[in-house]
Amino acid sequence: METLIIILTGVLVSVATYLFLSRNVIRIILGTAVLTHAAHLLIMTMGGLKTGGVPVLGEDSTTFTDALPQALILTSIVISFAVTAFLLVLAYRLYQESRSDNLSELRGIVDE
Amino acid sequence: MNNILVMPVVIPVLIGVILIFFRSQIQIQRWLSLAAILSVTGISLYMLNMIQNVGVIRLDFGNWQPPFGILFVGDSFSLLLVLTTSIVAAVCLVYAFYSIGQQREQMFFYPFVLLMVAGVNGSFLTGDLFNLYVCFEVMLLASYALITLGGTKPQLKESIKYVAINVLSSWFFLVAIAYLYGTLGTLNLAHLAELIAEAGQTPLLTVISILFLLVFGLKAGLLLYFWLPGSYSVPPTAVAALFGGLLTKVGIYAMFRMFTLLFYHDPSITHTIIGIMAGITLIGGSLGAIAYKDIRQIISFNVVIAVGFILVGLAVATPAAIEGSIYYLIHDMIVKAALFLIAGSMVALTGTPMIDRMSGLIRHYPVLGWLFFIIMLALAGIPPLSGFMGKILIGQGAVEGGAYILLALSLISSIFVLYSLLRIFLNCFWGETTTSEDDVMPLSKGWIIPCILLTAASIGLGFGAEYVAPYVADAARTLTNPYIYIDAVLGK
Repeated sequence: METLIIILTGVLVSVATYLFLSRNVIRIILGTAVLTHAAHLLIMTMGGLKTGGVPVLGEDSTTFTDALPQALILTSIVISFAVTAFLLVLAYRLYQESRSDNLSELRGIVDE
Repeated sequence: MNNILVMPVVIPVLIGVILIFFRSQIQIQRWLSLAAILSVTGISLYMLNMIQNVGVIRLDFGNWQPPFGILFVGDSFSLLLVLTTSIVAAVCLVYAFYSIGQQREQMFFYPFVLLMVAGVNGSFLTGDLFNLYVCFEVMLLASYALITLGGTKPQLKESIKYVAINVLSSWFFLVAIAYLYGTLGTLNLAHLAELIAEAGQTPLLTVISILFLLVFGLKAGLLLYFWLPGSYSVPPTAVAALFGGLLTKVGIYAMFRMFTLLFYHDPSITHTIIGIMAGITLIGGSLGAIAYKDIRQIISFNVVIAVGFILVGLAVATPAAIEGSIYYLIHDMIVKAALFLIAGSMVALTGTPMIDRMSGLIRHYPVLGWLFFIIMLALAGIPPLSGFMGKILIGQGAVEGGAYILLALSLISSIFVLYSLLRIFLNCFWGETTTSEDDVMPLSKGWIIPCILLTAASIGLGFGAEYVAPYVADAARTLTNPYIYIDAVLGK
């Protein structure tokens, strides 16, 4: 099971890298979203995908899945959600200000 | 009693949250934020002295014993950096009072600065890897807001790149944490260190350590500094000074922590790579510093050179070199902030950042000119000033470790630093003045006093090296003997 998820993560990372290297700002933001999905899947896999009950004490089960990676992922999801929201608004403002979403047209810091 | 350890994070966060409710009362915002930073300065000074008596202190949150809970650990290295951070932040705040402008002040400028300082202090104090990631994000989110605050076109252009590169490096950080958790099953730094020391640093762990090197290299601008000169030249002066003084230094701190506490067992791979990266950073930074005519770009490349220089100390990793790096890190935080403030004042006074379009400034602004001159000498490492101690100790360490190429590169880079800054000094301050007596813009006291304070701190650090020496020696002792840290945390 781990191997399958690792391959899936690899596919996500390659898609994200491809998107990240494009010129369009929106594609780059999509790239960051896919990238964070890959990271969260990887954390989940690295904690081990053994079968066990959900980590809730009321459950009648003797083994539980590892609760720590789930907490880490939850934290990371919220952070990347905030960053993505900021990045989207930033792209919107940039488009308003410069009428372009092509990064190669936005080179240089000299304000003409 | 150890609860005091959380104050450098809690005070800025609390005051920052309170200030959100006082959006239009600028006076309240100014004085409360300054008071918060100054109280952190006092508390960190107190804790620094406490550590000299009682050793490394720790605070377990919620009374969960390590390695199960998260915790803050205070050793001399962390607290020296917290102290320097709060001094630099206080001075930059004073500069911001007179320069940032009412519009930005009303758009939550002070809360963002306080949150950024809280993130920086948290990164210095935390003893847990994932907590370090969270503190990095607290710091970075505040810095995203600060770099875009005001929304001018150059700021928006550069901040897209700044945010994108930091999202990428945060992603690498998460991946490295995932691998390390998958390999060792813990996230507490001291527990990780103990496990690695017991079971040995396997090739897998070395690979993970190089992933961490990539992460912190991106944050600190070690070799991967391509985003840095652009991003640091667009924000307003006070913000640029905060960035130049604090942000890259957090990456350097994390690298020191990682490679002295966890991954020091296979130095022939990891420390050699750090050495090569530091060498290339020195070369690239030096070339950049002399290639540009824009003052802000030249100074940003000087930040890059300093990063390379400090990491030479880590690459050599003899006790003297580590001590030298700590001296130089403290010196560089203060002096880079001063340099950004002076350069920002020059740009504001002349209205252009190009060095060939200004000249003869010393006639109208003699104090500013001589402050720049002193800071230049301090950066080049002229003996009575603050940069000298660090340079000589790193040099001594490099000789002991036999790293002659790194030694040569770091000494030659000093000459490039001196040349690039002397070029600014000769072009802008010497020569015929181009502005007539009537057009001269008066230099406000609020701009010059912060520059004087930082220059005084730099001179004080140079002359008072004897007073700082015990703290730095203790910090270097803890870094070179990881068991002091591990025993203090795991309490055996």
